[in-house]
Amino acid sequence: MSTGSRLSRSAGTTPVRSPDNRHRLSDKRPPRNPKRYLSVFRIRFTSSLQYRTAALAGVATQFFWGFVLIMVYIAFYSSSDLEPPISLPQLVTYVWLQQSFLAFIMLWYRDDELFRLITTGNIAYELCRPGELYGFWYAKLLAQRMAGALLRCLPILVAASFLPSPYRMMLPPDFLSGVLFIISLLLGLLVLVAISMFIYISVFYTMSPYGSLLMFTVVGEFLAGMIIPVPLMPEWLQDVVYLFPFSWTADFPFRVYSGHFSRTEAAIGILLQLVWLVVLVTTGRRLMLRALRRVVVQGG
Amino acid sequence: MRLLCCYLSILFRSQMQYRTSFWLLATGQFFLPFTTLAGIWFLFDRFGSIRGWEFPEVAICFAVIHMAFAISECFARGFDTFSSLVVSGEFDRLLVRPRSTILQVLGSRFEFTRIGRLAQSLIVLIWAIAHASIDWTLLKGCTLVLMILSGTIIFAGILILAATMCFWTVQGLEVANILTDGGKELAQYPLQIYERWVVRFFTFIIPFGCVNYLPLQYLLGRTDGHGLLYALTPLGGLVFFIPCLFIWRIGVRHYRSTGS
Repeated sequence: MSTGSRLSRSAGTTPVRSPDNRHRLSDKRPPRNPKRYLSVFRIRFTSSLQYRTAALAGVATQFFWGFVLIMVYIAFYSSSDLEPPISLPQLVTYVWLQQSFLAFIMLWYRDDELFRLITTGNIAYELCRPGELYGFWYAKLLAQRMAGALLRCLPILVAASFLPSPYRMMLPPDFLSGVLFIISLLLGLLVLVAISMFIYISVFYTMSPYGSLLMFTVVGEFLAGMIIPVPLMPEWLQDVVYLFPFSWTADFPFRVYSGHFSRTEAAIGILLQLVWLVVLVTTGRRLMLRALRRVVVQGG
Repeated sequence: MRLLCCYLSILFRSQMQYRTSFWLLATGQFFLPFTTLAGIWFLFDRFGSIRGWEFPEVAICFAVIHMAFAISECFARGFDTFSSLVVSGEFDRLLVRPRSTILQVLGSRFEFTRIGRLAQSLIVLIWAIAHASIDWTLLKGCTLVLMILSGTIIFAGILILAATMCFWTVQGLEVANILTDGGKELAQYPLQIYERWVVRFFTFIIPFGCVNYLPLQYLLGRTDGHGLLYALTPLGGLVFFIPCLFIWRIGVRHYRSTGS
C-alpha cells in the first residue's frame, strides 16, 4: 500500500516510468504469442490502478459535469413542444454513461510516454523487444483505459442510479439489451484504441503530437457525440457522423443500453463495429510497419 | 504597475522565440471552442429557444464568459501553476523580495497563446451583438465591458483560492477545475435555466450571475425598473475578489517551505 500512495501523489494522468519495464525485458521469450501481450496488459493495468486520488478527483468533476449537462438538456426539453428524437430519461442515462466511461471514449486520454519514446529516440529499445510493436502498444493503451474506467465508473453509476427523479439513471429495459450493451461497449473500446493508435503512428511522421492530437480530439469528439449527443444533431450531420468510426466507440453502446436502438439494429451495429475494428487494425498495422521501416532514431 | 509591464514584455519576448509553436497553439485555441458553439447552435436549431432565451442572447453569454476565461488564463496563469512554485521551494525566493507576492506570482507566468481563444470569442461577440435586438446606450456599452472585466476577476479570484490551498496541500488540487472549467461551462448559458440552488450558489457565493444573466437582462431591456442596479451588478465580481486576497494573505502566513 505504501507504494500505492506514493505513486498516486506523484502524478495526475501521466504515468511514471515504472519498474514494470525491467520485468517486461526479463521475460524473454514466452512460449506463445498472445500471452506476451496479455502480460503487458496485466502489468499496465495494475500500475494504472494506483492512481486512486486522481481518480477520485475525476469522479467529482465528472459528476458535476453530468449535472450541468442534464440541467441544460432539461431546460431545452421544457421549452419545446416538438417530439424530441430521444426521450429525456434515455438522454439522462446517455449523459451518465458518457461521464462514467469517459476513459473509454476520450481521445485526448493519452500516454505521453509513448510520444516521448518516439521523439527522444528511445524507440530503439522498444524495437529490440520480442513481439510486434503494434500489439504491445495496443495492449498497453487498452489496459490504461480499462483501469481508468474501472476506477471511475462504479461510483458514478451507483450514485447516478439513486438520484431523485429527473436525474436518475435508468436500468436497461431488459436483460438482453444489458448484455448487448456490454458487448458493444467493449467492442467500442477496441475500436477506440485502434483509432488512437493512429495518433501515435502519426507522430512518426510529424515528430510533434500536438497537431494530430488537436485534430483527432476536435473532430473525433464532436463526431462521437461528446459535445452534443448524436440523436440531437440535425439529420444531415447524423449522416456525416455515421460515415466515420467515431460514433461506434461511444454513441452506439449508450443508445443500445437505453433501448434507443432495437435489438436487431443493435446486432447489426455490433457486426459493423467488428468490420471497423478489422479495417482500422489492419491499416494501422500496415502504416506502422511502413513508418518503422523508415524510422529515424532521434538523438543520442 | 511598471514592474508588471516589465514582466509582461520579458515573458512575451521569451514565448515569441518559438514562433511556429506559438502560432500553432494559438490557432488550436482559436478552433477549440467552435465545436462547443456549434453544439449549442445545433441544440437551438432543434429546440428553438431555452427558457425564453434566444440563440444570439446565449451567444453573448458564451462570448463574455469565454473572453473572461481566456484573459484570466493568460494573465493569472502563474496562480494556476502555483503548486510547482511551492513544490520546488521557489516561493521562498519571492518572499524575500521587497514586492507583494501577488504581483510576483502573477508575473511568474503568462500564457499568450490564449489570444486565439480571445479572438474567437471576440468574433462571436460581434456577431451576437449584431443579431441580438439591443438599443445601445453608453451605459450599456460600459456594462458589457464591465461584464468581461469582472468575469476575468472572478476567474482570477478562483485561481488564487485554488493556489492558496497549495500552502496546506503542497500538491495542486484538481477539484478547483470544477469551479474554473466547470464555471465556464455553466455560465456559457444564462444561469436562469438551471435549478434554483445552482443559480443561488453561483450568484451569491461565486458571483458568475453578476456577469451573466443579471446584466444581460439589462442589456436586453428586460428589467422592470431598477435598470441602473442591474447595470452595476458586474461590480459584484470585485466584491468577490477582496476576500480571495485576504485568504491569500492568511495562506502566505501559513507557508512552510518544503526546503528543497
